[in-house]
Amino acid sequence: MTPAPDTSARVHALPERNRTRQPYPFSAIVGQDDMKRALVLTAVDPAIGGVLIFGDRGTGKSTAVRALAALLPEIEAVESCPVNAARPEQCPDWARLTSTAIIRKPTPVVDLPLGVSEDRVVGALDIERAISRGEKAFEPGLLARANRGYLYIDEVNLLEDHIVDLLLDVAQSGENVVERDGLSIRHAARFVLVGSGNPEEGELRPQLLDRFGLSVDVASPRDVETRVEVIIRRDAYETSYDTFMPDWVAQDAQLRARILEARAALPTLKTPNTVLHDCASLCIAIGSDGLRGELTLLRAARALAAFEGAAAVSRAHLRSVAGMALGHRMRRDPLDEAGAGARIARAVDEVLP
Amino acid sequence: MPWDRARLALAVLAVDPTGLRGLWLRARACPVRDLVTDALTALPLSLRRLHCGIGDEALFGGLDLANTLAAGRPVMRPGLLDRPAALILPMAERCPPGLAARLALALDGGRHSLVALDEAADADETLPAAMADRLGLFINLDGARLPDDPDLTTPMAEVLAARQVLSHVTLPRQGLTALVATAAELGITSPRAPLLALAAARAVAALAGRSAVSADDLTRAAELVYAHRAAPAAAEAPQPPLPDEAPPPPDIGQDEAKAEPQDGIPLEILVDAVRASLPDSLLRQLAVGRADRAAKGASGTGSVKAGNRHGRPLPSRHGKPENGARLDIVATLRAAAPWQTVRRTERPDAPEGGLLLATSDFRLRRSKEMSDRVLIFAVDASGSSAVARLAEAKGAVELLLAEAYSRRDHVALLSFRGARAELILPPTRSLVQTKMRLRGLPGGGGTPLASALELALLTARRARARGMTPTIALLTDGRGNIALDGSANRERAEGDALTLARAIRAAGTPAVVIDVSNRPQPKLAELALGMAARYVALPRAGAARIAATLGAALEA
Repeated sequence: MTPAPDTSARVHALPERNRTRQPYPFSAIVGQDDMKRALVLTAVDPAIGGVLIFGDRGTGKSTAVRALAALLPEIEAVESCPVNAARPEQCPDWARLTSTAIIRKPTPVVDLPLGVSEDRVVGALDIERAISRGEKAFEPGLLARANRGYLYIDEVNLLEDHIVDLLLDVAQSGENVVERDGLSIRHAARFVLVGSGNPEEGELRPQLLDRFGLSVDVASPRDVETRVEVIIRRDAYETSYDTFMPDWVAQDAQLRARILEARAALPTLKTPNTVLHDCASLCIAIGSDGLRGELTLLRAARALAAFEGAAAVSRAHLRSVAGMALGHRMRRDPLDEAGAGARIARAVDEVLP
Repeated sequence: MPWDRARLALAVLAVDPTGLRGLWLRARACPVRDLVTDALTALPLSLRRLHCGIGDEALFGGLDLANTLAAGRPVMRPGLLDRPAALILPMAERCPPGLAARLALALDGGRHSLVALDEAADADETLPAAMADRLGLFINLDGARLPDDPDLTTPMAEVLAARQVLSHVTLPRQGLTALVATAAELGITSPRAPLLALAAARAVAALAGRSAVSADDLTRAAELVYAHRAAPAAAEAPQPPLPDEAPPPPDIGQDEAKAEPQDGIPLEILVDAVRASLPDSLLRQLAVGRADRAAKGASGTGSVKAGNRHGRPLPSRHGKPENGARLDIVATLRAAAPWQTVRRTERPDAPEGGLLLATSDFRLRRSKEMSDRVLIFAVDASGSSAVARLAEAKGAVELLLAEAYSRRDHVALLSFRGARAELILPPTRSLVQTKMRLRGLPGGGGTPLASALELALLTARRARARGMTPTIALLTDGRGNIALDGSANRERAEGDALTLARAIRAAGTPAVVIDVSNRPQPKLAELALGMAARYVALPRAGAARIAATLGAALEA
């Protein structure tokens, strides 16, 4: 083909709908309740430690995460702080603060794209400052931006190994340590790791799998009616944005209010001893590695109880989060055809009748 | 008529380039393809050409290093994705998953449109799934001749008029139901397909000047969007049923039948139209490409090993130039450049005019080389007692694959029974794929051992061509009784098997022969000798034991 050097003469205005818009609203996602619930639970208690979403293409994985950014409550942070610190004294010493005013800003949801370089992830020498002013300064990377928020990796199973190793380390310690380019810098990097992928394209390393608190499987809806509903809503979003959004934005606001209430209720929520016993015996029955399973299961159950407005955690809460909290922690038994979900359900029925 | 289809696809794309997300154009570079790409100037977006090696800075913008150094102050340059554009990606079949993910994100933003020029030569070359799923339209020009009328553009006035009315075109609900049901009937699971078909239907209606989508528009839109996504007619059932009879005819539709619109278009018409619009052979080829791509597990799963001498270049990394590593001079200078002012002030005694290098500046060249192992299982599925043995072999495959994370192994499986051997599972690391293909592996019939060895050798060669190191594991309980030509002649069968065994040895492919019969077979030991393979007799072994033995034999 001939490269078109100047097509501007033939460029005509596109219809209205191409301006920048809010992402598709979270409440408007049809079905996929497990996925939505898991994401809401991490919003209630970020210590749950991340969500892994595995499923077919086009099942709304990315849509849900992008919608989450609009749904999450705002955080208070120092205006010019590169790591979104809540108070000026928490800002890292290398940051050059231009203003220490506390502002409200949206919870950061940072994309970590495939094939990203190490420099971009952990941060590197600020070339701009080095050249223009001859200063040795640190340019924060994606991990700094994701502090106190979410780090989203689409196609997490295709991520290169050296980036995975970096993430494992930081996700574990909550701190990013940079020793490169003559810089020696550390800053807080606590974030909820959200990964999505299609298991047919490759599996995830068990070490990374374990770092995700919850895991959910999503599948395309099977019945025509649900699928039609998906298409109708998505089409309404694309073509009649202005009439579509207000209702759903209101619903998102309600959900946000519930999340905030749940956060406030979390510290006073009661956890009976019997529930702790249930947690432990379920994990033993399943044979999950380490204690991370118990902790996550308990945290998720507490978050769910708080979200539902209960005064104490109950066995019912445990039962409903057991699948997503433990499904990816079982020792793989490749000969078991049933898959993780069915094995968890069986264990739950046996241990928590 | 392929050209009518191409013309319509181009017109639809010109009307609504961002709604349809783009075009998958399957053609080699040739005058025929140029016709189509020339017609793209009708798009209401500026055309930007990408290449598969494009970096983040070019895509998203960043520091312009050359100008920055020259000017002494930071000079930024804009990225390709900053402004709405129609992106043209040649050799899209070579597109790395990282770029595909970035482009997919850009397409989801709804401001861009992508034309992927797919120049695939082999069946296993195709677009990355993330990209193919998002692009609305498909034009296949393989083997197409120049059309009688070489102008493929639709008159601009028509396109402009269509663009005006596009946002007012309505689609009745039963039309939508028909689109969704058709997708289900064709085995298309991604919900993006009906959305794209909806956009196409609107554009088709707008082109015809209608304010509501008609049945005819729906049919044409379904042809445009669904045809290449459909599962090939015969392979519709994703999991073959257990018994070894022929799979039952595709028989979905009990559920969908009630969803069929009463007064709209009957589902069959839509389905048939879509089926008729692309040749089945092409569909099959696309499906094979999809499956292979999935089975291979795209690169980045750890299958690529970074070395420093062979293969395609990778970005350079920090390191010391020793042990034969090669210094990347440009990258080293680039790393040192920003520091010059700082170092000058720190070392005022340094000689004037020179470059101040530090060891931390050194960047080493790296290149990627594939060095994964692939374990090729050849499993005997002959005879009536095969069922149990086959189950053990399947178990062993899955066990080995479950350990493959740490060892970076791939697994392939071929079974032999009846007249020929058959590749059940191309080399893969995906447990999900494996389970799907292993479920319901049929058994029974003769023992075409020679054919199995032939196929194993072929698979090993292919794996080696991809840079993997193959190992063959043969699980059988007896002597071959079917010769290469399919005849039941024991003597010739044994001769053929021995010849192929020697070929495997000559190819230098390591092998293990596992004898699972109740009494060890001397003939099999002889065959193993011919192959220079380890011979292990494991009567009545379980899956775990087979896996352990194989693991040990491979480590040795």
